[in-house]
Amino acid sequence: MKLAAQVIDIQKHYDLGSVVVKALRGVSVDFPHGDFVAIMGASGSGKSTLLNLLGALDRPTHGEYIIGGRPVSSISDDDLSAIRNEMIGFIFQSYNLIPQYTVIENIEVPLHYRAGYPSISAKDRKHIMELGDMVGLGDRMDHRPYQLSGGQQQRVAIARALVNNPQIILADEPTGNLDSSTEAEIMEILCNLNAEGRTIIMVTHENSVAKMAKRQIFMKDGIVAGEGFFPG
Amino acid sequence: MPNLLRTIQLAMKSLMLHKLRAGLTMLGMVLGVSSVIAMLAIGRGAKEQAQKQVLKLGATNIIIRSVKPPPESAVNSGGASVLRYGLLRKDYDLLNKTIPTITQAIPIRELNKAAWHRHHEITARIVGCTADYLDINHLNMAQGRFITDDDRQQKKNIAVLASGTADELFQYENPVRQSVKIGSKFYRIVGVTIPRQASAAIGGSMSGQDYNQDIYIPLETMRVRMGDLNIDRTAGSFSSEYWELSQVTLRVDSQDRVVETANVIRESMKQNHKTDSDYAIVVPLELLKQAEQMGIIFNVVLGSIAAISLLVGGIGIMNIMLATVTERTREIGIRRALGARRRDITIQFLTETIVLSGTGGIIGILLGLSTKYAFAGIRTFVESFIFEGGKAGSDFAKMFSEMRPEPVPWSLPLAFFISVGIGIIFGIYPARAAAKLDPIEALRHE
Ligand SMILES: Nc1ncnc2c1ncn2[C@@H]1O[C@H](COP(=O)(O)OP(=O)(O)OP(=O)(O)O)[C@@H](O)[C@H]1O
Ligand SMILES: [Mg+2]
Repeated sequence: MKLAAQVIDIQKHYDLGSVVVKALRGVSVDFPHGDFVAIMGASGSGKSTLLNLLGALDRPTHGEYIIGGRPVSSISDDDLSAIRNEMIGFIFQSYNLIPQYTVIENIEVPLHYRAGYPSISAKDRKHIMELGDMVGLGDRMDHRPYQLSGGQQQRVAIARALVNNPQIILADEPTGNLDSSTEAEIMEILCNLNAEGRTIIMVTHENSVAKMAKRQIFMKDGIVAGEGFFPG
Repeated sequence: MPNLLRTIQLAMKSLMLHKLRAGLTMLGMVLGVSSVIAMLAIGRGAKEQAQKQVLKLGATNIIIRSVKPPPESAVNSGGASVLRYGLLRKDYDLLNKTIPTITQAIPIRELNKAAWHRHHEITARIVGCTADYLDINHLNMAQGRFITDDDRQQKKNIAVLASGTADELFQYENPVRQSVKIGSKFYRIVGVTIPRQASAAIGGSMSGQDYNQDIYIPLETMRVRMGDLNIDRTAGSFSSEYWELSQVTLRVDSQDRVVETANVIRESMKQNHKTDSDYAIVVPLELLKQAEQMGIIFNVVLGSIAAISLLVGGIGIMNIMLATVTERTREIGIRRALGARRRDITIQFLTETIVLSGTGGIIGILLGLSTKYAFAGIRTFVESFIFEGGKAGSDFAKMFSEMRPEPVPWSLPLAFFISVGIGIIFGIYPARAAAKLDPIEALRHE
């Protein structure tokens, strides 16, 4: 089976001078296309570190990460930016919208960094409006983040993650700041995206959220402690 | 390269978030750029002013004037003795005959005297002159004729009136063929000149001439009828002064030899004069040099202001941009996560800096262009305050009163490019600092 992403015995060390923090101590996981994975584990077990590596925001200290068939160690910084732009959509716990921009402008941001810097076309605009409708923000497109609720902000972030039609969606505790009914709505959107064929890798502490994924990975002290189907 | 217009739009949007901050940051640029514009405008104005003056006085002319020595150097203590000073006919003959580069030498003698026609009386400037006087002063006849060589040789009792004199003495009558009484003697009027604008004062040694209060008579006639001694009985005491000529205008054969000739004249004048305190040599061409020197002084002053403001302005911009980068660290992290390359971040912040400094530059240019009007204001102020005190601070006041700043067209693009350049120089460091941030750290930044 062709893999969307693959980590092979990766380690991530943080050299703090006096001590070396080993956030990841040899993790190997395969992510086939169309996978929907929930990464679980105690605080400090290395979930976010793994997700950042998967998102090509960082490089492993040891081991290899292969995305789109290419090993990250052989890819230049600029090309990693291009990979983040084209192949990956990020969703963060704290939404991370740009405060001075409207909803539309926030969703547009990844379009500005496309290869060759094409300007935003009428087709792009139509696409943005469709995404807004899909996440249920059709009437809020001219608002700014501070005028929106947490759930609405996270919908903007999802629309933004989708604007370049990426294969992989990475979400770090996407519902961590939300109440349970909003959580359910966000999870429904993610499930629909997975049903469309996108690979979704999500970090969560909530069993209720994790059980909506196809499989779960449990981390402990920088290694994968267990893998399986909920409640595995 | 990302879409330029779009990048500029984004930069403006970010700057508009802090309007007051952006405005204050621009001040240094505004001052610096306007100083550059003003500096060049003043330099050009001073030069053009001098050129105009030189043109009026004649670029090939050298003017020697009699100067009444200051009282302390006058040897005569007794009130009745005669004060002798000024140009001599000997000087005139010497210069005219021994210096080959002089093509023409025009002597005059002038004094103020009362003139009458019936019951009308005015104080006129009586000018004893030659036929060339008309030409060299760019005067024209309204009617009749000017003094001729013949008039001089025969020492005729004739006079030519300036328009102002004619109007005052004769009012609605035609003065030609009538006569005017100067002192105790009558002169027949043969012509009237057209009004002429007063010439500017030159070199601090000669007051501006108002040609409208003149009466012209042949130089030789003046000598026989009035003599060289002038007795002034005004104000109780009476003083007598002796001078032969008031002014000699010398025309040099070519402009290249004016300075050289002026030096020869300075030497020759020593032959008949022990000191140089009773005459002054004015070389209009040298006024140009003076104007250039004044321009240099202004350029140094304004240039320093410009350089300091631009430096301080640039540092201020850099400071603000560094603060902005810190403030927007999270935004930088977000953009990096969404696919921005380091270069994109550099360009974004560099553009913001350039827009900031460029806007300051444009405002500075507009301000610099208004120096013309600012100077008009300063001039009015200086003239009304400093000139009231007579000669006090007159050099400074004169400098201002003669200054007409004229913006130099190419200084506008120059100033704009300077401001953009400052933006690039002082913006590159903060922009690189922004681009260097680690994306994950930046995302974590609170
Ligand atoms: N930049 C860093 N410098 C030093 N240590 C770091 C850094 N980033 C992470 N760590 C350490 O690596 C370990 C794993 O951190 P990570 O953020 O991956 O945990 P996590 O599983 O996401 O925890 P949480 O559930 O609280 O988000 C922690 O011990 C953390 O202190
Ligand atoms: Mg985490």
